Amino acid sequence: MDDRYTFRNRSKSKILFGICTSVLFLIFGTVSLVFGDDWDKSNEDKWNAAFMETVVRGEKLFHGPELGGNTVQCAMCHPNATNTHPETYPKFQKQIGKVSTLREMINWCIQNPLQGKPLAYDDPKMIALEAYIMYERRNSVLVPGKH
Amino acid sequence: MEEGKLSRKDFLRRTGGLLAASIVPMSLVEIACGGRGKGTHEKFTFAFISDPHLTHIKGTNFVRNFDTGLNKAIETVNLMFPRPDFVVFGGDLAQLGKREELDHGMELLSKLKVPVKYVIGEHDYYLDMGNYWQDKISKLNYSFDHKGVHFVVLNSILTYDTWIKRWKTPEERMNEMARLDNPNGSPFMVGDDQIAWLKKDLENIKSGTPLVVLSHSPLYKIYKPWNFWTDDAEKIQSVLSKFDNVTVFHGHVHQVLYNQIKNISFYALMSTAWPWPYPESYTQSPHYIPKMTVFMNRQDPFHERDGTGWAFVNMDNAREEMHYKLWENKDRIVKYDESAGHPVDSTYQKPESRILPQTHY
Repeated sequence: MDDRYTFRNRSKSKILFGICTSVLFLIFGTVSLVFGDDWDKSNEDKWNAAFMETVVRGEKLFHGPELGGNTVQCAMCHPNATNTHPETYPKFQKQIGKVSTLREMINWCIQNPLQGKPLAYDDPKMIALEAYIMYERRNSVLVPGKH
Repeated sequence: MEEGKLSRKDFLRRTGGLLAASIVPMSLVEIACGGRGKGTHEKFTFAFISDPHLTHIKGTNFVRNFDTGLNKAIETVNLMFPRPDFVVFGGDLAQLGKREELDHGMELLSKLKVPVKYVIGEHDYYLDMGNYWQDKISKLNYSFDHKGVHFVVLNSILTYDTWIKRWKTPEERMNEMARLDNPNGSPFMVGDDQIAWLKKDLENIKSGTPLVVLSHSPLYKIYKPWNFWTDDAEKIQSVLSKFDNVTVFHGHVHQVLYNQIKNISFYALMSTAWPWPYPESYTQSPHYIPKMTVFMNRQDPFHERDGTGWAFVNMDNAREEMHYKLWENKDRIVKYDESAGHPVDSTYQKPESRILPQTHY
């Protein structure tokens, strides 16, 4: 059954409805160009700037005594976030005893070598640490589950 | 066992502290030329302890883990039989150069039953530019002879005046220098004054004399962004070039690392505090890790002492055989290979012999 055959068998009201719908789509389509999808280069710049601000916050936390109770800092063992391997999470983490996320491992480090209090997983500090670690390990090959 | 040579097993048996020694982060240097070498020195041993980074928290509180590392090293040296003639301390006694930290370190080290030869690290220096260290602990550079071996201690952590003057307070300067991955960092130097002193010191030493140089930073260039770097390394290497063979023992890098540049063998000693990853694990900038180096295993942070360790050297025919003993890691022996002309790992040198954690960072 071809399209023309179907068209010929439709009632007038259906045709009218079709025309109205098309007009509406045309109007909204035109309007959306102005008000709808507002993506452009400046948005991308804004989002990237917000990400980099978070990275900088994470870098400060990573290189400061704020997270711990004994002045020890993340960067003392992990210069430039090396040996953090964010690209390998989730994976079995021996000291936690189960398949864990990077956030769980960050908290393990805060509680043990740093002798500090664990962060909530949605704590802006946690997100900033994660952003810094991911940024420093950019271009690493994603290998989840690998030790 | 050849005459004048001490196997590792025999050595450990003689120490009488095998159990303690096998779990302790420290380095024992065994020199046993036995008249086979060009030198005429007697056999002797010296121990090497480096990079404890004792960290003051508040009042009489210090970071427990770092105290433990140093204490274990001290206890082991005291258990050794025959007792080493002396201990070389390889630098970075303190984390932020504070008097509390240096005093605390000296108090712990005072338990050693042998004399100590001190090398200063950047963490001991940049708060007060080494004043307290010189008053209470040691000179910054000096030399001594011991049973036919000439030892030189260099202060290799000097840097440019422009960098030193950049900071408002001594604390700010110290904090900037203490951060390894600091983009505001400045490379280390031995400096022209000290190089002139070195030349003079070596003037009357015969070229066949075994020469051991003790420094904190490696006297060659590995990775500038983390300051595994001595800016005037070539100048120092050239002053040492007249000797048949020279060994440089250094701390600072907290990892198994070795190199050969012409007549000079370089060996890094382990830290008693924490391990560092190899610079090649950070791919954003190039590094110059010696091709011959086989990395230590990736450390397990679950074990506080893993990735730290101890080592001793058997120096025969004025060439060294380095035994690394690492917590939760397999033993390593690195020795000078005459045909290769550089130190070689006896087990892991060939890529097909390496184990998985040595290739994953």
